[in-house]
Formats: sequence, C-alpha cells, structure tokens
Amino acid sequence: MSTNHQTAHRNAKQDPEKPWLNPNAKPFVRFQNVSKQFGDFTAVDSINLDIYKGEMFALVGGSGCGKTTLLRMLAGFLDPSAGKVMIDGTDVNGVPPYERPVNMMFQSYALFPHMTVEKNIAYALKLDKMEKDERKRRIDEALEMVQMSKFAHRKPHQLSGGQRQRVALARALIKRPKVLLLDEPLSALDKKLREATQFELMAIQYKLGITFIFVTHDQEEAMALSSRIAVLDKGQVIQVGTPSEIYEFPNSRFVAEFVGSTNMFEGTVVEDTPNQVVIESASTKGNINVDDVGRYQIGQTVWVNVRPEKIKLSKTKPAKHAGLNVLEGTVSELGYRGNHVIYRVKAASGKIIMVFAQSQNRTEELDITWDDKVFISWEADGCIIVKS
Amino acid sequence: MSDSTNTEAATAPNSGAKKKNFLVRIISNNSKWLMIAPPLYYMVFLFLIPFLLALKISFADSILAVPPFTAIYEYKDDHLLLNLSLLNFQALGHDVVTYKNELIYNFGNLVGWIGGLFSSAPAVVTEVVAPEPSQYLSAFVESLRLATIATIVCLLIGYPVAYAIARAPKSRQNIYIMLVILPFWTSFLLRVYALQGVLRDSGLLNQLLIFMGFIDEPIHILQTSLAVQIGIAYSYAPFMVLPLYATLQKLDPALLEAASDLGSRPFRAFLDVTLPLSMPGVIAGSMLTFIPAMGEYIIPDMLGGPGVQTIGRVLWDTFFNDRDWPMAAAVSIAFLLFLVVPIGIYQYYSIREREA
Repeated sequence: MSTNHQTAHRNAKQDPEKPWLNPNAKPFVRFQNVSKQFGDFTAVDSINLDIYKGEMFALVGGSGCGKTTLLRMLAGFLDPSAGKVMIDGTDVNGVPPYERPVNMMFQSYALFPHMTVEKNIAYALKLDKMEKDERKRRIDEALEMVQMSKFAHRKPHQLSGGQRQRVALARALIKRPKVLLLDEPLSALDKKLREATQFELMAIQYKLGITFIFVTHDQEEAMALSSRIAVLDKGQVIQVGTPSEIYEFPNSRFVAEFVGSTNMFEGTVVEDTPNQVVIESASTKGNINVDDVGRYQIGQTVWVNVRPEKIKLSKTKPAKHAGLNVLEGTVSELGYRGNHVIYRVKAASGKIIMVFAQSQNRTEELDITWDDKVFISWEADGCIIVKS
Repeated sequence: MSDSTNTEAATAPNSGAKKKNFLVRIISNNSKWLMIAPPLYYMVFLFLIPFLLALKISFADSILAVPPFTAIYEYKDDHLLLNLSLLNFQALGHDVVTYKNELIYNFGNLVGWIGGLFSSAPAVVTEVVAPEPSQYLSAFVESLRLATIATIVCLLIGYPVAYAIARAPKSRQNIYIMLVILPFWTSFLLRVYALQGVLRDSGLLNQLLIFMGFIDEPIHILQTSLAVQIGIAYSYAPFMVLPLYATLQKLDPALLEAASDLGSRPFRAFLDVTLPLSMPGVIAGSMLTFIPAMGEYIIPDMLGGPGVQTIGRVLWDTFFNDRDWPMAAAVSIAFLLFLVVPIGIYQYYSIREREA
C-alpha cells in the first residue's frame, strides 16, 4: 500500500480535482512566509501554504497552533507581521475586511441579535445598494438553500443551534465570496446534527464551487469535510495532504498521534532493503518489518506507527509469512463500541497496544475478553515509519 | 394554603416542639413575602404614605395656622364634609391672581388648566384677559429645557467615554470605571461649590480661555443657565457612563467583525450594530440623568443666580418662603405624574432588554 501512494501521485498529476498535483496550476489563496507575532508570542511562524480554487481546505491543530490566526489574516482582521497573503493573485495586506472578496462564518455565528433572519442575510446586499427585486430574489434563494424560508422573520434567539448555523452560512455566502472562511463551523452542534450538517456543507460547497477554508480542532471533522488538510503545531505547518495521506502517511509522530489513534513503537533500524526495513524495538522485544522505500541509516532511531484497526487479534497463533509481525499479549482492557471493540493488549514488554476489532457477527459474548492470552499481528504494509 | 396551615397550627396543643414547628412553617410558607418585605416596607413608608400625604395636602387651602393648610374633610352635624380645592392645580398653569375667583371649585375648568400647561393662552376661560403663565409653568419649562440639554450633553460626552472603556483591555476597565465613579467620593455640595470657583469671571475657565487667546474679556458664565447646564452635565455624566458601559461591554466584538466582513465600514457598523444594541443603555443612562436633573435644586441655586428658576427652586420657595404647603404639594404631585412617563419608558426598555 505504501509503495502505491507514490505511483498514485504520479497518476493523478493531470486530475482536475487535484490541482495541487499540477505544477502549472495557480494557487488561489497563498501564504508566503507569513508570520504573526503578538508581543513575544509567535502565533504563526513563516508559513507557506497554497490553496487552490474550489478546494475545501482544513486547517487543523490544537489550541494555540495558529490556525485561527491564519484564518483571521485572510479575513483581514489581522495583518501579518511579515510575509504576504495573496487572494486570487492580489496581495491583500492592508486591505480592510470590508473590501476583501472573502466572507467568514464565525464560530459563535455572530448573528445580529436585533435583526431577523432575513435582515441578517440581507445585510451585505443592503450595503451593496443592490436593486430591491434582485436583492429579494437572492435572499429567497439563500433562505431556500439552507432551508430556512419558514423562519425568515424570526430573531436569532428564537432559533436552535443548527438553524443559527445555517443562517450564518447563508449570510456568509450571500455576496458570493471568492473564498468562504469557516471558523469551527460545526463545533457548536451536537454529534447527530454535526454529521448531517457535514454533508450539507459539502453539498453546498460542491454546488457553488466556492473555495472553503475552515479551521477546526476536530480531526474527524477535518477528515470528513476536506479535500486537503494542513496540520499545524506551534505556528508551523507540519504536514499538508489529502485526508488519506495525512492518516495513512503521517510525516511525524505529531501528525500520526493528532489524527486518529495509533500505536507508536520506538526502535532502531537494523536492516534497510529497497522494499523492507527492519526495526529493532524494545517495546516488541523483537524486530518489526515495515514496507518502506525510505532510505535509513543503520542504527538510526525511528518510530513505527501502527493504526489500531490495522492490527488483527486472534487466540491462535497466526500462520507466519514474510513481513507479518506477530506479538503475544494479554487483554488488559476492552471497550465495547457497538460497531467495533477497542482492546488494550499488554505485550510481554509491558507496552499497551490498542486494537480496534470490527464486530462482524452478532454474538452476545465476545470471543476475546479480559485476561485472555492473545496474538496480535499486522502486515508489513500496515505500518509506517516516521523519523521525528 | 398558608391559611389552612395557620389554623391547623393554632388549634394544635401548645407543646414547645409544635410551637417551633409552627414558626418554621409560617416562615417557610411565607418565605416569598418575607423576601420582598424590606423593599415593600421601604416603598410603603418612604414613598406611598408620603405621597398620599402630599396628595391630600395638595387639595387643601393655605392658611396661617399649624399645620398651614385647611382640613380637607370635617365631620359636622352627622355629615362628612369634603373640602376639596382644585385651586392649587389650577394655579399651576396660570398666574392665580388674574382669575383665581373664577375657577375656584369649578371642576369643569380642569380642561382649562390642562390646556394652560401646554400653551400660555387660556383654553377655556375666555373672559380672563391674557393671563401670564404661572411661575410654576415657566419653572417647569425651564427645568425641562435644562434637563434635556444636559441629558444630550451627557450622552454626547458619556457615550465615547463608555465606548472607550468597554473597548479597553479587560484588566484596565475596572480602573477606568473607578475613575468615573471617583468624584462621588467627594461631597456633591463641595463639587458644585468648586464649580463656582471654576466658572466665575476670574475663575479657572475664563483664565484658561484668555491665556489660550480665545477671548479677551472674561465670559459671564456663573449665574446664568449655561452654568447650570455645565453643572448638571458634570454632575450626572457618571450616571450616563455606567449603564452605557454595561451594555457596550456585553456587546460581542464578533458582531462588529461580522459587519465589517459583510462590507460595512467602521462608522456604518457602529450605526447598524453598536448603536441599536446599546439602545437600552442609552435609554437607561438618559433616564438616570434626566429624571434627577429635572428636580435638581442645589445646582441651579448655587450656579444659576436668581434668573434661573427651576422647578426645584420654586418648590423650595413655595414651601419654605411662602409656607404654601398645599401649593408645594400640588407642584410636586404634578411633577411626579409628569415624570412617571419617562420612568415608564425606562421600565419598558429594561424589561425588554432582560427578555432578549
């Protein structure tokens, strides 16, 4: 699998859905060596980032990683301390928010409490002095799009969280901005609503073809929504890639641990062949085989990253074949989640290994339960090495 | 419900435990009333009863006696006689001397009195030749004018101050608010007295203006209504700043960002978002300034000179100099009724704000 992703890149070069692979494509939004300081604190540290037209781009990271600062620099609420922010080929430094071709959906939605839903949505058009009939048509269309026509004359405090979110979206889209910025668009919604809204948001983005850039701390939300993700930490971009690249091929321990759950084995490289790398790790008390094309030095310290769902759990020892990694252990904890079971297995070295087992048959009793002696195994192409 | 428990407890044998139980039950059953008892007593004893007394006196006539007013009812020959006089209320509108006798006990002419409040010409009593508006009416108009101008000045000064404080870093806001309240630590009387020193012909203000070359001769400010307006605006500005600060400080800054993001220039965003959302504060501040400014006595007395006759001064003169208690009572009753209107508006807005 890992060997395939390089070829996948090459094949996709001409894919119009993936402009970032085309060296001739012009980025629509561009951060060039952008830094932002607040006093002594560096919120954004010389970031370079290219975002293309029609993308649904996610900025992800923990709190204080600089993702919101980046978004606010695009909106015009902040100016970079150094570097250039370009939107559609123009340097927007110093351009006030009210003159930028971008609109923002605020985390708190920031709906005007003294205006009805309709007036909130109409506000931007009123400022533009648009003709009355045309304005009316656009507002009705926007209300229709977010299914809020029935609530046009309500005030924001008479709406539910989900309805407010939709009004905020309609208001931000009414001017048909070149770029829509979304600050934690779904964080104020409960889980069920969040899932439904995710798909609505994607459908609207697809229909309008507007570039969406959104900020979230929720990596699941980022994975579900975006065409590409930039993972940020301490003001720097750690990795940029499609959701599956980020998930399957993290470039560092930080990314691997931030996106999804993972097991991390520290070890040293003992063998490096063109197709396979062997790592000796204290926490497995043996060697780990990894499919990798990277060039490593013998003795180099690396980390092997194995996702819990890539690991198989069995009571009997699996048949040994080339590249298969097998460990013995005892189930120390398990959590039943309905669609899958989370096992925490204690290996002989004392290392706790997390395993997600799919529930494929309906049984009342789990085959494997507390204190069972089990074998855990994963393929050489089911794990990845990170150097830092 | 509390009735039934009371009788139940009262008929129970008077053992100590039962008695305690009974008290506890009374307290717990009436806890709602006990809670509002202190403000209720306050209102009844310090507002309602004095108000009713003043209302009673306002219907009496002034005499040289102790107390200096006629009884409004007497019991004579098995009859209860009510001597209600509308004289005082009629005298509010027009000078009494010109047509006093015409109007006594003439209830029909109440219309004439109401009309007289709004125009200087008599509305109904045509046979009276061009009566002058009474000193009460002109004092009332003067108070209204002073209070209105002072309120507007307070608003114009107070709004930017409150806005600046609300936008200041959180850690400094309390210090700024302290500075706004700081003048209250000095006696009100003392501050107005100090203003005399500032405003008089050889005072600080005139010296400053001459020094800066704006004027050659000192401007006569003290003992004019301008001095009164300055005094009122200075004294009541904090009452404008505080409620304004309270509403502005609650304003979500993201709303202004949203307005800006949607294409609104800063001043337009202020007009569309900040101003309408701070309206409750504007109303509250204006009421807190306007109402006491209307009845202000000390400032016109100390800064205004004899030319500035406000309702507060006239009331004082009527009560203490003329010893005409019924007239003073009538003035204060009419004044109170007039102020109920702005207070009602204030209440309406503060309730609406709480609901929003």
